[in-house]
Amino acid sequence: MSFTTSPYLLKDTSVSQVMTQVCIALIPGIVAYVWLIGPAILAQLVIATLAALLAEAVMLRIQRKPLAIFLSDGSAIVTAWLIALTFPPLAPWWLVFTGTVFAIVIAKHLYGGLGQNPFNPAMVAFAVCIVSFPALMSQWPSVGLQMPLVEQINIILGLAPRVDALSGATPLDALKTALKLGDGSVDVAHLLANQDVFGNFAGRGWEWVAGGYLIGGLYLWERKLITWHVPTAFLASMTLIGGALWLYSPTQFANPLFHLLSGGAMIGAFFIATDPVSGCTTPRGKLIFGAGAGLLAYIIRVFGGYPDGVAFAVLLMNLCVPVIDLLTQPAIFGMKDKS
Amino acid sequence: MITREEIKTIADNGIWKQNTSIVQILGLCPLLAVTTNAVNGIMLSLATIIVMAMSGVAIASLRNLIPHEIRIPVFILIVAALVTVVDLLFNANLHELYLVLGIFIPLIVTNCIVLARVEAFAAKNPPVQATLDGVFMGIGMLWTLAVLGAMRELLGSGTILGGIDMVFPSLQPIQVLPESYPGFLLALLPPGAFILLGCMIAWKNWMSAKAAERAQRRPPEPVSTAGCH
Repeated sequence: MSFTTSPYLLKDTSVSQVMTQVCIALIPGIVAYVWLIGPAILAQLVIATLAALLAEAVMLRIQRKPLAIFLSDGSAIVTAWLIALTFPPLAPWWLVFTGTVFAIVIAKHLYGGLGQNPFNPAMVAFAVCIVSFPALMSQWPSVGLQMPLVEQINIILGLAPRVDALSGATPLDALKTALKLGDGSVDVAHLLANQDVFGNFAGRGWEWVAGGYLIGGLYLWERKLITWHVPTAFLASMTLIGGALWLYSPTQFANPLFHLLSGGAMIGAFFIATDPVSGCTTPRGKLIFGAGAGLLAYIIRVFGGYPDGVAFAVLLMNLCVPVIDLLTQPAIFGMKDKS
Repeated sequence: MITREEIKTIADNGIWKQNTSIVQILGLCPLLAVTTNAVNGIMLSLATIIVMAMSGVAIASLRNLIPHEIRIPVFILIVAALVTVVDLLFNANLHELYLVLGIFIPLIVTNCIVLARVEAFAAKNPPVQATLDGVFMGIGMLWTLAVLGAMRELLGSGTILGGIDMVFPSLQPIQVLPESYPGFLLALLPPGAFILLGCMIAWKNWMSAKAAERAQRRPPEPVSTAGCH
Protein backbone atom coordinates (compact mmCIF):
# COMPACT_ATOMS: atom_id res chain seq x y z
CA MET A 1 0.00 0.00 0.00
CA SER A 2 1.41 3.35 -0.96
CA PHE A 3 0.68 6.77 0.48
CA THR A 4 0.94 10.08 -1.23
CA THR A 5 0.21 13.58 -0.09
CA SER A 6 -2.46 15.89 -1.44
CA PRO A 7 -3.50 17.22 -3.92
CA TYR A 8 -4.94 14.00 -5.29
CA LEU A 9 -5.26 15.24 -8.87
CA LEU A 10 -5.49 12.46 -11.38
CA LYS A 11 -4.17 14.47 -14.31
CA ASP A 12 -4.16 17.91 -15.82
CA THR A 13 -6.76 18.56 -18.43
CA SER A 14 -4.90 20.33 -21.19
CA VAL A 15 -6.49 22.60 -23.75
CA SER A 16 -5.89 20.07 -26.50
CA GLN A 17 -7.60 17.28 -24.52
CA VAL A 18 -10.66 19.49 -23.94
CA MET A 19 -10.80 20.49 -27.58
CA THR A 20 -10.48 16.87 -28.74
CA GLN A 21 -13.41 15.93 -26.51
CA VAL A 22 -15.49 18.81 -27.93
CA CYS A 23 -14.74 17.61 -31.47
CA ILE A 24 -15.73 14.06 -30.51
CA ALA A 25 -18.95 15.41 -28.99
CA LEU A 26 -19.80 17.15 -32.26
CA ILE A 27 -19.61 13.86 -34.19
CA PRO A 28 -23.19 12.58 -33.53
CA GLY A 29 -24.55 15.88 -34.87
CA ILE A 30 -22.23 15.76 -37.89
CA VAL A 31 -23.20 12.15 -38.66
CA ALA A 32 -26.90 13.08 -38.59
CA TYR A 33 -26.11 16.12 -40.75
CA VAL A 34 -24.27 14.05 -43.37
CA TRP A 35 -26.98 11.36 -43.36
CA LEU A 36 -30.04 13.59 -43.54
CA ILE A 37 -28.95 16.91 -45.08
CA GLY A 38 -26.04 15.91 -47.26
CA PRO A 39 -22.32 15.12 -47.26
CA ALA A 40 -21.40 18.60 -48.56
CA ILE A 41 -20.96 19.68 -44.95
CA LEU A 42 -17.78 17.59 -44.84
CA ALA A 43 -16.26 19.79 -47.54
CA GLN A 44 -17.18 22.87 -45.52
CA LEU A 45 -15.59 21.36 -42.40
CA VAL A 46 -12.37 20.81 -44.35
CA ILE A 47 -12.40 24.35 -45.80
CA ALA A 48 -13.05 25.91 -42.39
CA THR A 49 -10.37 23.81 -40.69
CA LEU A 50 -7.74 24.72 -43.30
CA ALA A 51 -8.70 28.41 -43.14
CA ALA A 52 -8.54 28.41 -39.34
CA LEU A 53 -5.13 26.71 -39.22
CA LEU A 54 -3.77 29.05 -41.90
CA ALA A 55 -5.03 32.19 -40.11
CA GLU A 56 -3.80 30.88 -36.77
CA ALA A 57 -0.35 30.12 -38.18
CA VAL A 58 -0.02 33.57 -39.76
CA MET A 59 -1.09 35.34 -36.57
CA LEU A 60 1.27 33.23 -34.43
CA ARG A 61 4.14 33.93 -36.82
CA ILE A 62 3.50 37.68 -36.62
CA GLN A 63 3.53 37.53 -32.82
CA ARG A 64 6.61 35.25 -32.86
CA LYS A 65 4.86 32.58 -30.78
CA PRO A 66 5.70 28.89 -31.14
CA LEU A 67 3.59 27.44 -33.96
CA ALA A 68 3.49 23.79 -32.96
CA ILE A 69 2.09 24.22 -29.44
CA PHE A 70 -0.70 26.62 -30.37
CA LEU A 71 -1.64 25.01 -33.69
CA SER A 72 -2.04 21.60 -32.11
CA ASP A 73 -4.17 22.78 -29.18
CA GLY A 74 -7.26 22.32 -31.32
CA SER A 75 -9.04 25.51 -30.28
CA ALA A 76 -8.93 26.88 -33.82
CA ILE A 77 -10.37 23.62 -35.13
CA VAL A 78 -13.33 23.79 -32.73
CA THR A 79 -14.03 27.35 -33.85
CA ALA A 80 -13.77 26.26 -37.49
CA TRP A 81 -16.15 23.31 -37.01
CA LEU A 82 -18.74 25.47 -35.25
CA ILE A 83 -18.55 27.98 -38.12
CA ALA A 84 -18.94 25.26 -40.77
CA LEU A 85 -21.89 23.71 -38.90
CA THR A 86 -23.77 27.01 -38.55
CA PHE A 87 -23.22 28.25 -42.13
CA PRO A 88 -25.40 27.02 -45.02
CA PRO A 89 -23.89 23.70 -46.23
CA LEU A 90 -23.66 24.82 -49.86
CA ALA A 91 -22.30 28.30 -49.18
CA PRO A 92 -19.44 29.28 -51.50
CA TRP A 93 -15.99 28.39 -50.15
CA TRP A 94 -14.92 32.01 -49.76
CA LEU A 95 -17.84 32.74 -47.43
CA VAL A 96 -16.75 30.10 -44.92
CA PHE A 97 -13.12 31.11 -45.51
CA THR A 98 -13.82 34.81 -44.85
CA GLY A 99 -15.89 34.04 -41.76
CA THR A 100 -13.24 31.74 -40.32
CA VAL A 101 -10.35 34.11 -41.01
CA PHE A 102 -12.33 36.99 -39.46
CA ALA A 103 -13.06 34.86 -36.39
CA ILE A 104 -9.45 33.80 -35.87
CA VAL A 105 -7.70 37.07 -36.78
CA ILE A 106 -10.06 39.74 -35.46
CA ALA A 107 -12.30 38.05 -32.90
CA LYS A 108 -9.53 35.92 -31.37
CA HIS A 109 -5.97 37.15 -31.95
CA LEU A 110 -6.54 40.92 -32.00
CA TYR A 111 -8.16 40.57 -28.59
CA GLY A 112 -5.12 38.73 -27.24
CA GLY A 113 -5.41 35.15 -28.51
CA LEU A 114 -6.52 31.95 -26.81
CA GLY A 115 -8.39 32.63 -23.58
CA GLN A 116 -8.60 36.41 -24.02
CA ASN A 117 -11.46 36.90 -26.48
CA PRO A 118 -14.55 38.58 -25.02
CA PHE A 119 -16.77 37.37 -27.88
CA ASN A 120 -17.34 33.87 -29.16
CA PRO A 121 -15.26 33.80 -32.39
CA ALA A 122 -17.59 31.41 -34.25
CA MET A 123 -20.60 33.60 -33.54
CA VAL A 124 -18.69 36.72 -34.57
CA ALA A 125 -18.06 35.00 -37.91
CA PHE A 126 -21.75 34.18 -38.27
CA ALA A 127 -22.87 37.71 -37.38
CA VAL A 128 -20.33 39.32 -39.72
CA CYS A 129 -21.33 37.12 -42.64
CA ILE A 130 -25.08 37.38 -42.17
CA VAL A 131 -24.81 41.17 -41.94
CA SER A 132 -22.46 41.40 -44.93
CA PHE A 133 -23.85 38.67 -47.22
CA PRO A 134 -27.49 38.19 -46.18
CA ALA A 135 -28.56 36.57 -49.46
CA LEU A 136 -25.86 33.88 -49.52
CA MET A 137 -26.30 33.17 -45.81
CA SER A 138 -30.01 32.42 -46.32
CA GLN A 139 -29.63 29.97 -49.25
CA TRP A 140 -30.16 26.54 -47.75
CA PRO A 141 -30.53 23.37 -49.81
CA SER A 142 -34.16 22.56 -50.47
CA VAL A 143 -35.68 19.48 -48.85
CA GLY A 144 -34.57 16.13 -50.27
CA LEU A 145 -31.97 17.69 -52.55
CA GLN A 146 -30.92 14.99 -55.03
CA MET A 147 -27.55 16.07 -56.34
CA PRO A 148 -24.32 14.12 -56.67
CA LEU A 149 -21.65 15.08 -54.15
CA VAL A 150 -19.21 16.14 -56.88
CA GLU A 151 -21.70 18.63 -58.20
CA GLN A 152 -22.36 19.98 -54.70
CA ILE A 153 -18.64 20.46 -54.17
CA ASN A 154 -18.40 22.19 -57.55
CA ILE A 155 -21.08 24.62 -56.37
CA ILE A 156 -19.16 25.26 -53.16
CA LEU A 157 -15.95 25.88 -55.10
CA GLY A 158 -17.74 28.16 -57.56
CA LEU A 159 -17.11 25.85 -60.55
CA ALA A 160 -20.84 25.30 -61.15
CA PRO A 161 -23.60 27.93 -61.17
CA ARG A 162 -25.70 28.33 -58.02
CA VAL A 163 -28.99 26.80 -59.16
CA ASP A 164 -32.55 27.07 -57.87
CA ALA A 165 -32.19 23.87 -55.90
CA LEU A 166 -30.32 25.95 -53.38
CA SER A 167 -33.03 28.50 -52.82
CA GLY A 168 -34.56 26.66 -49.90
CA ALA A 169 -35.18 28.32 -46.58
CA THR A 170 -34.53 27.08 -43.07
CA PRO A 171 -37.60 25.70 -41.28
CA LEU A 172 -37.60 28.80 -39.06
CA ASP A 173 -37.56 31.07 -42.09
CA ALA A 174 -40.24 29.07 -43.88
CA LEU A 175 -42.53 29.33 -40.87
CA LYS A 176 -41.92 33.05 -40.41
CA THR A 177 -42.51 33.82 -44.09
CA ALA A 178 -45.68 31.71 -44.26
CA LEU A 179 -47.10 33.41 -41.17
CA LYS A 180 -46.28 36.85 -42.56
CA LEU A 181 -47.83 36.09 -45.97
CA GLY A 182 -50.90 34.50 -44.36
CA ASP A 183 -51.43 37.68 -42.33
CA GLY A 184 -53.31 35.99 -39.51
CA SER A 185 -55.36 33.62 -41.69
CA VAL A 186 -53.00 30.64 -41.47
CA ASP A 187 -52.33 28.61 -38.38
CA VAL A 188 -49.08 27.04 -37.34
CA ALA A 189 -50.35 23.50 -36.81
CA HIS A 190 -51.69 23.38 -40.36
CA LEU A 191 -48.39 24.69 -41.79
CA LEU A 192 -46.30 22.24 -39.81
CA ALA A 193 -48.44 19.32 -40.98
CA ASN A 194 -48.55 20.24 -44.65
CA GLN A 195 -45.30 21.85 -45.71
CA ASP A 196 -42.53 19.66 -47.01
CA VAL A 197 -39.83 21.45 -45.07
CA PHE A 198 -41.25 20.36 -41.70
CA GLY A 199 -40.79 16.91 -40.17
CA ASN A 200 -42.23 15.30 -37.06
CA PHE A 201 -41.20 17.90 -34.51
CA ALA A 202 -39.38 20.68 -36.36
CA GLY A 203 -37.50 20.93 -39.66
CA ARG A 204 -37.30 17.71 -41.70
CA GLY A 205 -33.88 16.23 -41.06
CA TRP A 206 -32.73 19.17 -38.97
CA GLU A 207 -34.64 17.90 -35.92
CA TRP A 208 -32.40 14.82 -35.84
CA VAL A 209 -29.27 16.90 -36.32
CA ALA A 210 -30.35 18.87 -33.25
CA GLY A 211 -30.86 15.53 -31.50
CA GLY A 212 -27.27 14.61 -32.41
CA TYR A 213 -26.00 17.82 -30.82
CA LEU A 214 -28.08 17.02 -27.71
CA ILE A 215 -26.36 13.62 -27.40
CA GLY A 216 -22.94 15.25 -27.90
CA GLY A 217 -23.79 17.90 -25.32
CA LEU A 218 -24.80 15.28 -22.76
CA TYR A 219 -21.48 13.52 -23.42
CA LEU A 220 -19.63 16.78 -22.67
CA TRP A 221 -21.60 17.12 -19.44
CA GLU A 222 -20.90 13.52 -18.49
CA ARG A 223 -17.17 14.10 -19.04
CA LYS A 224 -17.47 17.20 -16.79
CA LEU A 225 -16.22 19.51 -19.56
CA ILE A 226 -19.31 21.67 -19.21
CA THR A 227 -21.61 22.14 -16.23
CA TRP A 228 -25.38 21.76 -16.43
CA HIS A 229 -26.06 25.46 -15.76
CA VAL A 230 -25.78 27.10 -19.18
CA PRO A 231 -27.56 24.50 -21.37
CA THR A 232 -30.34 23.97 -18.84
CA ALA A 233 -30.93 27.70 -18.38
CA PHE A 234 -30.76 28.29 -22.16
CA LEU A 235 -33.24 25.56 -23.06
CA ALA A 236 -35.49 26.30 -20.06
CA SER A 237 -35.83 30.00 -20.80
CA MET A 238 -36.50 29.26 -24.47
CA THR A 239 -39.13 26.70 -23.46
CA LEU A 240 -40.73 29.11 -20.99
CA ILE A 241 -41.13 32.05 -23.34
CA GLY A 242 -41.98 29.76 -26.28
CA GLY A 243 -44.49 27.87 -24.17
CA ALA A 244 -46.10 31.03 -22.80
CA LEU A 245 -46.60 32.50 -26.27
CA TRP A 246 -47.77 29.13 -27.64
CA LEU A 247 -50.41 28.82 -24.91
CA TYR A 248 -51.43 32.42 -25.56
CA SER A 249 -51.94 31.85 -29.28
CA PRO A 250 -51.30 28.33 -30.63
CA THR A 251 -52.24 29.46 -34.15
CA GLN A 252 -49.58 32.16 -34.35
CA PHE A 253 -46.67 30.64 -32.43
CA ALA A 254 -44.96 27.28 -32.89
CA ASN A 255 -44.72 24.96 -29.91
CA PRO A 256 -41.59 25.16 -27.77
CA LEU A 257 -40.29 21.78 -28.98
CA PHE A 258 -40.18 23.15 -32.53
CA HIS A 259 -37.96 25.99 -31.35
CA LEU A 260 -35.69 23.76 -29.28
CA LEU A 261 -35.03 21.53 -32.30
CA SER A 262 -34.73 24.32 -34.89
CA GLY A 263 -31.86 26.46 -36.05
CA GLY A 264 -28.92 26.80 -33.71
CA ALA A 265 -30.74 26.23 -30.41
CA MET A 266 -29.20 22.85 -29.50
CA ILE A 267 -25.69 23.51 -30.81
CA GLY A 268 -25.93 26.96 -29.22
CA ALA A 269 -27.02 25.71 -25.82
CA PHE A 270 -24.40 22.95 -25.51
CA PHE A 271 -21.44 24.01 -27.65
CA ILE A 272 -21.53 27.79 -28.12
CA ALA A 273 -23.00 29.37 -24.99
CA THR A 274 -20.83 27.01 -22.88
CA ASP A 275 -17.58 28.49 -24.24
CA PRO A 276 -15.47 28.88 -21.07
CA VAL A 277 -13.63 31.94 -22.39
CA SER A 278 -16.42 34.24 -23.52
CA GLY A 279 -19.07 33.00 -21.06
CA CYS A 280 -19.66 33.52 -17.35
CA THR A 281 -17.56 31.72 -14.75
CA THR A 282 -19.69 31.79 -11.60
CA PRO A 283 -22.49 29.19 -11.26
CA ARG A 284 -25.23 31.80 -10.78
CA GLY A 285 -23.71 33.85 -13.57
CA LYS A 286 -23.87 30.84 -15.89
CA LEU A 287 -27.58 30.48 -15.14
CA ILE A 288 -28.20 34.15 -15.97
CA PHE A 289 -26.03 33.91 -19.09
CA GLY A 290 -27.83 30.83 -20.41
CA ALA A 291 -31.29 32.15 -19.61
CA GLY A 292 -30.55 35.49 -21.25
CA ALA A 293 -29.15 33.86 -24.37
CA GLY A 294 -32.16 31.54 -24.72
CA LEU A 295 -34.63 34.37 -24.23
CA LEU A 296 -32.88 36.70 -26.68
CA ALA A 297 -32.46 33.92 -29.25
CA TYR A 298 -36.21 33.26 -29.17
CA ILE A 299 -37.13 36.96 -29.38
CA ILE A 300 -34.72 37.64 -32.27
CA ARG A 301 -35.70 34.57 -34.32
CA VAL A 302 -39.45 35.08 -33.87
CA PHE A 303 -39.81 38.87 -33.92
CA GLY A 304 -36.58 39.94 -35.65
CA GLY A 305 -35.60 40.11 -39.29
CA TYR A 306 -32.90 37.42 -39.26
CA PRO A 307 -33.58 33.70 -39.76
CA ASP A 308 -32.04 32.73 -36.44
CA GLY A 309 -31.13 34.63 -33.31
CA VAL A 310 -28.65 32.37 -31.49
CA ALA A 311 -25.54 34.17 -32.77
CA PHE A 312 -26.76 37.64 -31.85
CA ALA A 313 -28.14 36.41 -28.51
CA VAL A 314 -24.80 34.85 -27.54
CA LEU A 315 -22.85 37.96 -28.61
CA LEU A 316 -25.18 40.26 -26.66
CA MET A 317 -24.81 38.10 -23.56
CA ASN A 318 -21.00 38.03 -24.07
CA LEU A 319 -21.17 41.80 -23.67
CA CYS A 320 -22.89 41.41 -20.28
CA VAL A 321 -20.45 38.81 -18.94
CA PRO A 322 -18.15 41.16 -16.97
CA VAL A 323 -21.10 42.72 -15.14
CA ILE A 324 -22.81 39.39 -14.48
CA ASP A 325 -19.57 37.86 -13.15
CA LEU A 326 -19.02 40.88 -10.90
CA LEU A 327 -22.53 40.75 -9.43
CA THR A 328 -22.66 36.98 -8.89
CA GLN A 329 -19.42 36.42 -6.95
CA PRO A 330 -20.08 33.50 -4.59
CA ALA A 331 -19.27 33.92 -0.91
CA ILE A 332 -15.77 32.84 0.06
CA PHE A 333 -15.81 29.44 1.81
CA GLY A 334 -16.50 29.94 5.49
CA MET A 335 -17.67 33.53 5.09
CA LYS A 336 -21.23 34.80 5.18
CA ASP A 337 -22.64 35.99 1.88
CA LYS A 338 -22.51 39.77 2.01
CA SER A 339 -25.54 40.27 -0.20
CA MET B 1 6.46 86.56 -37.70
CA ILE B 2 7.07 82.85 -38.01
CA THR B 3 10.21 80.78 -38.33
CA ARG B 4 10.75 77.76 -40.56
CA GLU B 5 11.24 75.63 -37.48
CA GLU B 6 7.85 76.67 -36.14
CA ILE B 7 6.15 75.80 -39.41
CA LYS B 8 7.83 72.40 -39.38
CA THR B 9 6.69 71.70 -35.83
CA ILE B 10 3.13 72.77 -36.57
CA ALA B 11 3.00 70.68 -39.74
CA ASP B 12 4.53 67.64 -38.04
CA ASN B 13 2.08 67.89 -35.14
CA GLY B 14 -0.95 68.30 -37.38
CA ILE B 15 -0.16 65.62 -39.92
CA TRP B 16 1.44 62.95 -37.79
CA LYS B 17 2.32 63.45 -34.12
CA GLN B 18 -1.04 64.79 -32.94
CA ASN B 19 -3.16 63.58 -35.84
CA THR B 20 -6.78 64.32 -34.93
CA SER B 21 -8.21 60.98 -36.03
CA ILE B 22 -5.56 58.40 -35.15
CA VAL B 23 -3.83 60.02 -32.17
CA GLN B 24 -6.31 62.38 -30.53
CA ILE B 25 -9.25 60.18 -31.67
CA LEU B 26 -11.47 63.24 -32.03
CA GLY B 27 -14.44 63.77 -34.33
CA LEU B 28 -15.40 60.10 -34.52
CA CYS B 29 -19.03 60.83 -35.36
CA PRO B 30 -18.42 62.41 -38.79
CA LEU B 31 -15.55 59.96 -39.31
CA LEU B 32 -17.88 56.96 -38.98
CA ALA B 33 -20.71 58.52 -40.90
CA VAL B 34 -19.08 60.01 -43.99
CA THR B 35 -16.09 57.78 -44.77
CA THR B 36 -18.12 55.28 -46.77
CA ASN B 37 -15.95 56.48 -49.65
CA ALA B 38 -12.81 58.55 -49.98
CA VAL B 39 -14.45 61.49 -51.78
CA ASN B 40 -16.95 62.15 -48.99
CA GLY B 41 -14.17 62.02 -46.41
CA ILE B 42 -11.97 64.40 -48.39
CA MET B 43 -14.77 66.89 -49.02
CA LEU B 44 -15.84 66.99 -45.38
CA SER B 45 -12.19 67.43 -44.38
CA LEU B 46 -11.85 70.30 -46.86
CA ALA B 47 -14.88 71.99 -45.32
CA THR B 48 -13.35 71.45 -41.88
CA ILE B 49 -9.99 72.86 -43.06
CA ILE B 50 -11.68 76.05 -44.31
CA VAL B 51 -13.51 76.47 -41.01
CA MET B 52 -10.41 75.74 -38.94
CA ALA B 53 -8.17 78.11 -40.87
CA MET B 54 -10.69 80.96 -40.69
CA SER B 55 -11.57 80.37 -37.03
CA GLY B 56 -7.84 80.20 -36.26
CA VAL B 57 -7.16 83.62 -37.72
CA ALA B 58 -10.34 85.15 -36.26
CA ILE B 59 -9.88 83.87 -32.73
CA ALA B 60 -6.14 84.42 -32.59
CA SER B 61 -6.70 88.07 -33.62
CA LEU B 62 -9.38 88.58 -31.01
CA ARG B 63 -7.71 86.50 -28.30
CA ASN B 64 -6.74 89.51 -26.18
CA LEU B 65 -10.24 91.02 -26.34
CA ILE B 66 -12.24 87.90 -25.43
CA PRO B 67 -12.96 87.74 -21.67
CA HIS B 68 -11.47 84.51 -20.34
CA GLU B 69 -14.62 83.47 -18.42
CA ILE B 70 -16.93 83.41 -21.43
CA ARG B 71 -14.40 82.35 -24.06
CA ILE B 72 -16.13 79.08 -24.98
CA PRO B 73 -19.48 80.65 -25.97
CA VAL B 74 -17.60 83.31 -27.93
CA PHE B 75 -15.51 80.66 -29.75
CA ILE B 76 -18.63 78.71 -30.60
CA LEU B 77 -20.35 81.81 -31.96
CA ILE B 78 -17.42 82.62 -34.23
CA VAL B 79 -17.09 79.02 -35.40
CA ALA B 80 -20.85 78.80 -36.00
CA ALA B 81 -20.81 81.91 -38.15
CA LEU B 82 -17.95 80.49 -40.25
CA VAL B 83 -19.64 77.09 -40.57
CA THR B 84 -22.79 78.81 -41.84
CA VAL B 85 -20.69 80.40 -44.57
CA VAL B 86 -19.20 77.03 -45.59
CA ASP B 87 -22.60 75.37 -45.39
CA LEU B 88 -24.11 77.93 -47.77
CA LEU B 89 -21.07 77.60 -50.07
CA PHE B 90 -21.50 73.83 -50.36
CA ASN B 91 -25.25 74.18 -50.81
CA ALA B 92 -24.77 76.62 -53.68
CA ASN B 93 -21.85 75.02 -55.53
CA LEU B 94 -21.75 71.30 -54.71
CA HIS B 95 -25.41 70.66 -54.10
CA GLU B 96 -25.42 66.87 -54.63
CA LEU B 97 -22.48 66.37 -52.31
CA TYR B 98 -24.16 68.74 -49.84
CA LEU B 99 -27.14 66.38 -49.77
CA VAL B 100 -24.86 63.37 -49.15
CA LEU B 101 -22.86 65.01 -46.35
CA GLY B 102 -26.12 66.35 -44.94
CA ILE B 103 -26.10 67.23 -41.27
CA PHE B 104 -22.35 66.71 -40.95
CA ILE B 105 -21.48 70.10 -42.44
CA PRO B 106 -23.53 72.10 -39.89
CA LEU B 107 -22.21 69.73 -37.23
CA ILE B 108 -18.64 70.99 -37.85
CA VAL B 109 -19.66 73.62 -35.25
CA THR B 110 -19.78 71.01 -32.55
CA ASN B 111 -16.82 69.05 -33.93
CA CYS B 112 -14.44 68.70 -31.01
CA ILE B 113 -11.44 68.99 -33.35
CA VAL B 114 -12.32 72.61 -34.14
CA LEU B 115 -13.04 73.62 -30.56
CA ALA B 116 -10.02 71.72 -29.25
CA ARG B 117 -7.60 73.54 -31.59
CA VAL B 118 -9.22 76.90 -30.95
CA GLU B 119 -9.02 76.44 -27.19
CA ALA B 120 -5.59 74.79 -27.10
CA PHE B 121 -3.79 76.73 -29.81
CA ALA B 122 -5.52 79.72 -31.41
CA ALA B 123 -6.41 81.30 -28.06
CA LYS B 124 -2.72 81.33 -27.08
CA ASN B 125 -0.84 82.01 -30.33
CA PRO B 126 -0.58 84.75 -32.95
CA PRO B 127 -2.87 84.61 -36.05
CA VAL B 128 -0.33 83.24 -38.57
CA GLN B 129 0.59 80.25 -36.41
CA ALA B 130 -3.07 79.66 -35.53
CA THR B 131 -4.08 79.63 -39.20
CA LEU B 132 -1.30 77.21 -40.09
CA ASP B 133 -2.22 75.00 -37.15
CA GLY B 134 -5.81 74.88 -38.36
CA VAL B 135 -4.75 74.00 -41.89
CA PHE B 136 -2.30 71.27 -40.88
CA MET B 137 -4.65 69.73 -38.31
CA GLY B 138 -7.21 69.66 -41.13
CA ILE B 139 -4.71 68.03 -43.50
CA GLY B 140 -4.04 65.40 -40.85
CA MET B 141 -7.76 64.71 -40.71
CA LEU B 142 -7.98 64.77 -44.51
CA TRP B 143 -5.44 62.05 -45.21
CA THR B 144 -6.75 59.75 -42.48
CA LEU B 145 -10.33 60.12 -43.69
CA ALA B 146 -9.21 59.64 -47.29
CA VAL B 147 -7.31 56.42 -46.49
CA LEU B 148 -10.12 55.10 -44.27
CA GLY B 149 -12.74 56.01 -46.87
CA ALA B 150 -10.75 54.38 -49.67
CA MET B 151 -10.27 51.15 -47.68
CA ARG B 152 -13.95 50.95 -46.71
CA GLU B 153 -15.03 51.65 -50.27
CA LEU B 154 -12.66 49.11 -51.80
CA LEU B 155 -13.69 46.35 -49.37
CA GLY B 156 -17.36 47.26 -49.35
CA SER B 157 -18.10 47.82 -53.00
CA GLY B 158 -14.89 47.19 -54.95
CA THR B 159 -14.62 50.70 -56.39
CA ILE B 160 -12.39 53.68 -55.77
CA LEU B 161 -13.34 57.35 -56.02
CA GLY B 162 -17.06 56.59 -55.72
CA GLY B 163 -19.00 59.86 -55.66
CA ILE B 164 -16.32 61.72 -57.63
CA ASP B 165 -19.00 62.62 -60.19
CA MET B 166 -20.63 64.79 -57.53
CA VAL B 167 -17.54 66.98 -57.41
CA PHE B 168 -16.28 66.73 -61.01
CA PRO B 169 -19.24 65.74 -63.21
CA SER B 170 -16.92 64.59 -66.00
CA LEU B 171 -15.24 61.87 -63.89
CA GLN B 172 -16.60 58.44 -63.05
CA PRO B 173 -15.86 56.04 -60.17
CA ILE B 174 -13.36 53.31 -61.09
CA GLN B 175 -14.31 49.66 -60.62
CA VAL B 176 -11.13 48.07 -59.29
CA LEU B 177 -12.32 44.62 -58.30
CA PRO B 178 -14.27 42.47 -60.80
CA GLU B 179 -18.01 43.12 -61.22
CA SER B 180 -18.79 39.79 -59.56
CA TYR B 181 -17.18 40.94 -56.29
CA PRO B 182 -20.00 40.44 -53.77
CA GLY B 183 -19.13 43.42 -51.59
CA PHE B 184 -18.13 43.04 -47.95
CA LEU B 185 -21.01 45.09 -46.56
CA LEU B 186 -19.59 45.18 -43.04
CA ALA B 187 -16.83 47.54 -44.21
CA LEU B 188 -19.46 50.11 -45.18
CA LEU B 189 -21.28 49.81 -41.85
CA PRO B 190 -20.07 51.59 -38.69
CA PRO B 191 -18.41 48.43 -37.22
CA GLY B 192 -16.20 48.27 -40.32
CA ALA B 193 -15.14 51.87 -39.76
CA PHE B 194 -14.23 51.10 -36.15
CA ILE B 195 -12.26 47.97 -37.07
CA LEU B 196 -10.32 49.69 -39.87
CA LEU B 197 -9.70 52.81 -37.75
CA GLY B 198 -8.37 50.48 -35.04
CA CYS B 199 -5.98 48.96 -37.60
CA MET B 200 -4.79 52.44 -38.61
CA ILE B 201 -4.20 53.41 -34.97
CA ALA B 202 -2.23 50.19 -34.46
CA TRP B 203 -0.16 50.96 -37.57
CA LYS B 204 0.55 54.51 -36.30
CA ASN B 205 1.61 53.20 -32.89
CA TRP B 206 3.83 50.60 -34.52
CA MET B 207 5.50 53.22 -36.72
CA SER B 208 6.03 55.52 -33.72
CA ALA B 209 7.45 52.68 -31.63
CA LYS B 210 9.88 51.81 -34.42
CA ALA B 211 10.90 55.47 -34.76
CA ALA B 212 11.45 55.75 -31.00
CA GLU B 213 13.57 52.60 -31.07
CA ARG B 214 15.70 54.01 -33.90
CA ALA B 215 16.10 57.34 -32.10
CA GLN B 216 17.27 55.56 -28.97
CA ARG B 217 19.87 53.52 -30.81
CA ARG B 218 21.32 56.54 -32.61
CA PRO B 219 23.49 59.03 -30.68
CA PRO B 220 21.71 62.41 -30.36
CA GLU B 221 22.35 64.69 -33.31
CA PRO B 222 24.02 68.03 -32.75
CA VAL B 223 21.50 70.88 -32.63
CA SER B 224 20.92 71.94 -36.19
CA THR B 225 21.19 75.53 -37.28
CA ALA B 226 17.56 76.56 -37.64
CA GLY B 227 16.45 77.78 -41.00
CA CYS B 228 19.49 76.83 -43.02
CA HIS B 229 18.21 73.64 -44.67
